[in-house]
Amino acid sequence: MGKFIRLKKGFTINLAGKASPKIAEVEPPETVSIKPTDFHGVYMPKVMVKEGDTVKAGTALFHDKKFEKIVFTAPVSGEVVEIKRGEKRKLLEVKILADKKSDHENFRKYTVSEIANLSVDEIKGQLLASGVWLNFIQRPFGIIADPAMVPKAIHISAFDTSPLAPDYSILFRGQDQFFQVGVDVLRKLTSGVVNVNTHTTSEISTVFSQVKGAEVNKFSGPHPVGCTGVQIHHLDPINKGDIVWTINPFGVIQIGKLFANGIYDASRVVAVVGSEVKTPQYYKSVTGASIKKLVANNLLSENVRFISGNALTGTNIGADGHLGFYDQQLTILPEGNHHEFIGWITPGANKLSMHRAWGLFSFLTPYKEFKLDTNTHGEPRAFVETGVFEKVVPMDILPTHLIKSILAEDIDEMEALGIYEVIEEDLALCEFVDVSKHNVQEILREGLDLIRTS
Amino acid sequence: MNFLRKQLDSVRHNFEKGGKLEKYYFAYEAFDTFLFSPNTTTEVKGVQVRDAVDLKRLMMTVVIAMLPCLIFGMWNVGQQHFVALGQTGTFGEKFWIGLVRTVPIIVVSYAVGLGIEFVFATLRRHPVNEGFLVTGMLIPLVMPASIPLWQVAIATAFAVVIGKEAFGGTGMNVLNVALTARAFLYFAYPSQISGEVWTYLGDGAKMVSGYSGATPLALAAQSTGNVVNDLNSFGAGWADGIYNFWNMFLGVMPGCIGETSTLMCLIGAAILVISGVGSWKIIVSVFAGAFGMGLFLNAVGTSPFSQMPAHYHLVIGGLAFGAVFMATDPVTAAQTETGKWFYGFLIGVFTVLVRVYNPAYPEGIMLAILLMNVFAPLIDYFVVSANKKRRIQRATV
Repeated sequence: MGKFIRLKKGFTINLAGKASPKIAEVEPPETVSIKPTDFHGVYMPKVMVKEGDTVKAGTALFHDKKFEKIVFTAPVSGEVVEIKRGEKRKLLEVKILADKKSDHENFRKYTVSEIANLSVDEIKGQLLASGVWLNFIQRPFGIIADPAMVPKAIHISAFDTSPLAPDYSILFRGQDQFFQVGVDVLRKLTSGVVNVNTHTTSEISTVFSQVKGAEVNKFSGPHPVGCTGVQIHHLDPINKGDIVWTINPFGVIQIGKLFANGIYDASRVVAVVGSEVKTPQYYKSVTGASIKKLVANNLLSENVRFISGNALTGTNIGADGHLGFYDQQLTILPEGNHHEFIGWITPGANKLSMHRAWGLFSFLTPYKEFKLDTNTHGEPRAFVETGVFEKVVPMDILPTHLIKSILAEDIDEMEALGIYEVIEEDLALCEFVDVSKHNVQEILREGLDLIRTS
Repeated sequence: MNFLRKQLDSVRHNFEKGGKLEKYYFAYEAFDTFLFSPNTTTEVKGVQVRDAVDLKRLMMTVVIAMLPCLIFGMWNVGQQHFVALGQTGTFGEKFWIGLVRTVPIIVVSYAVGLGIEFVFATLRRHPVNEGFLVTGMLIPLVMPASIPLWQVAIATAFAVVIGKEAFGGTGMNVLNVALTARAFLYFAYPSQISGEVWTYLGDGAKMVSGYSGATPLALAAQSTGNVVNDLNSFGAGWADGIYNFWNMFLGVMPGCIGETSTLMCLIGAAILVISGVGSWKIIVSVFAGAFGMGLFLNAVGTSPFSQMPAHYHLVIGGLAFGAVFMATDPVTAAQTETGKWFYGFLIGVFTVLVRVYNPAYPEGIMLAILLMNVFAPLIDYFVVSANKKRRIQRATV
C-alpha cells in the first residue's frame, strides 16, 4: 500500500497566465534541437552525424565518450542542419530541420507477456539504443543514470507544483496503457519498488491511480512537494552509497511506446503559460521543439523572456530558442530590466513575497495571481537573514548550513548535511526567497559537481 | 525622477571598470541602489523571478519597528527633564527637548557608522551592506540622553571597526554591533554611562528637592529590605509612583533614550513577529528565561533583590528592548531554529543572574546578550550535529 504524507513547509508561487485545460493543434516545429547542456553528468559528447545527414526519429546524434552506450537520439526525422559548438569546440546543440514525414528507426516490439520474460540486459539494450534512457535521472547528483547500476527504488512524481506547472491529467490524458507498460519495464530495473507519487489536492488521473505493480503514494502540501527529492526524503531517504532513479511520467510513457510500438516517440504535450501569453493553453509538440510556432501571434507584449521550464528552475532560451530536453512547459514573463525609484521601500500590492516585511502585502491575498517580471528586486549581499530557507524546505535538512558548507568546499560537511538528497529544483525556492540574492541552485550544482568529480 | 536617473546613468561610466573613479564603484552603487532599485534581471539559468524583498527592505522593517520606542523615548527625555526640575511642561515642550537631545546623537551615529562602512566598502571592494541602517538607530536608543556626542562617535567607530569590519563586515561579526558600542562606553567611560546619568538635566539646572537619578536596577541592587516597597516609595514628593510596576511597564522613567518602555518594545516586537523579520522564538524565550530565573531565585535566593517578584525583571532595565531588538539580530544569534530557543532562554537566565549577583554591572541584558553571541555558534554546532547524526543513523538501518 502506498503512503500518505502531509507536508506544511513551502511556498506556492501563484503566477498569472495559467493554461486553460485545452490541447490545441499547432503547426509542427520547423527545427528541433538536442542540447548536451540540458543534461548533467555528460563527460564529453561525441557527435556521430554530419551536417546534411538525414536522420530518423530515434537515430543516434551523439554519445558520451565515457558512457558510450548512452546515446542521444533525434526526436524527429529530418536533416541535420547545424552542429553548434562553443569555446574549445564544446558541443552546444545539434539542430534538425524536421521533414514532417515522421520516419522512425525500428526497434523491437514486445507483447505484455514477452516483457515479463525479458532479461534486464535486453531491456537496457533497447532503452539505451533508442535514447529513452536519458529519461532516467540518478540521485544523488541528478545526472543521467549509469546503466551499470541497480537503483534501490525508482520514483515517479505524478504532479508538478512549480509556478504555472502543467496539469499532468491533461498532459498525459489517454496514455494509461503506455504508462502501464512503462511501469512494467521499470519494475525489472530496480531491486526495490516503483513509486508513483500523487498529490491530494489535484485531480488524480487514471493514468496514475489505476496503475498496477507500483506503489501509489499520496502527498499534500505546497511547492516543493512536487519535487521528487522531497518525496524521496519522506518515502525512503537517500543515504551515502544509495542509488535511486527518478523519471518523469513522460519518460515512462515513452518507454511504454518503445516496447509496445517499437518506436522512439518524442511527441509530447507542452503548456505555454505566463502573463505575457495571449492564450495560455496546451499544445501538441515534440521534445526539443523550436518555440517559434508556439509563440507566433501569441504574445501580449514585446519585452518578454522565453523560459524553457518553469519560473524557478527554467532556462532563458530567447525568442528563437528550443525547448529543453526535459521541459514540458514554456513560460513567458515580462523582463524586469527597469529601475524603480526608491523601489526598496515603496509599498505595493503587486509585489509577491513570502516575507511580510514593510510594504509587502501579498500575504494578505494568498489566492491572488501575480504578474511577476524577471527583476532581481535588490542586489547581492552577505548572508544575513536566517530561518527563511528552512521555511521553504520541507525536509530534515539545514539548507543554510548546507549552502555555506558548499561555499567553503567542505566535502565531508556537505555529505553530513545531506547534499546527496537534493538537486537544484528541491532548493529552488531558497533562491527565490533569499534576501541576499544568492544563486543557490548554481552553488548547489557546484557542490554536487565537486563531490562527483573528486 | 527621470532627471535623477539620467544624472546617475550619466556618471555611471566613471565608476565602472576602467573608469577614473573605479575605486569608488561600491560607494556609487550604494547611492544608486538607494535611490533606484536596480534594473538587473535574473540569470539565464535558475530562478527567473525573485521575491520582492531585499536586505534594505528587511532592515527598514526593523527600523520601523523601533520608531515607537524612538518617538516615545524622545517625549520621555523631556518628561524626565521637567520632572527632575520640578517643573511642568507641555507635550510639545517635552518632545522638543527630546528631539534636540536625540537627533544629534542619531545623526552622529549614522554619519560615523556609514562613513566607516563606505571607507571599508571602497578599500575591501565589497558592497555597502544595509545592516548599519539598523545598527545606526540602535546605538542612539541605548544611550543616555546626556551622553556627549564625541563619545557616541568613538563608540560607534569602535563598534563598527573592531566589532564588525575586523571580522569581515556585515554577516561575519560575532558580537552585536550596537551592544559592542554600548559595552565599549560602559568600560571605557563608566562615569558617563552609569550612575545618575539617565536624566537630561541641562547645564546648571536646579533639581527639585529630594531628587535622585537612581534607576530601578540600582535601587533593587542596593535594597536592604523589600525591593517592591523601595521601588514604590521612590520619588515620593517629586515623582510619586514613578517606579511602580505599571509605570515602569509604560516606561515613563529615567533610562536610555529608547529602552525604558516595555510597552513600546512589545509594539516593536509585534511588528517584527508579524513581519517575520524578528524571530518570535528568541523574543519569547528571552522573556521566559528571565521570568523563569526570577522565579527560581525567589525560591532559593536570600538577598532582597533575589526576592523581587519575577515579573518585575521583565519591566526594569533594558530587558525588553534587548530581547526584541538586540537578541534577534540574525547575524549574531543562533542560526538554527532549535538553537534559537536555547539561545534566547539562556539570555534571559543570564540577564537575571548578572543583575542579582553582580552588583558592579546592574544592567545584565547587555552582558548576557554579548555572552550568548559568543556561545551561539556552539549552540548551533550541537543542533547541526544532531541533524547529521540522524542522517548517519538512518544509513545503518
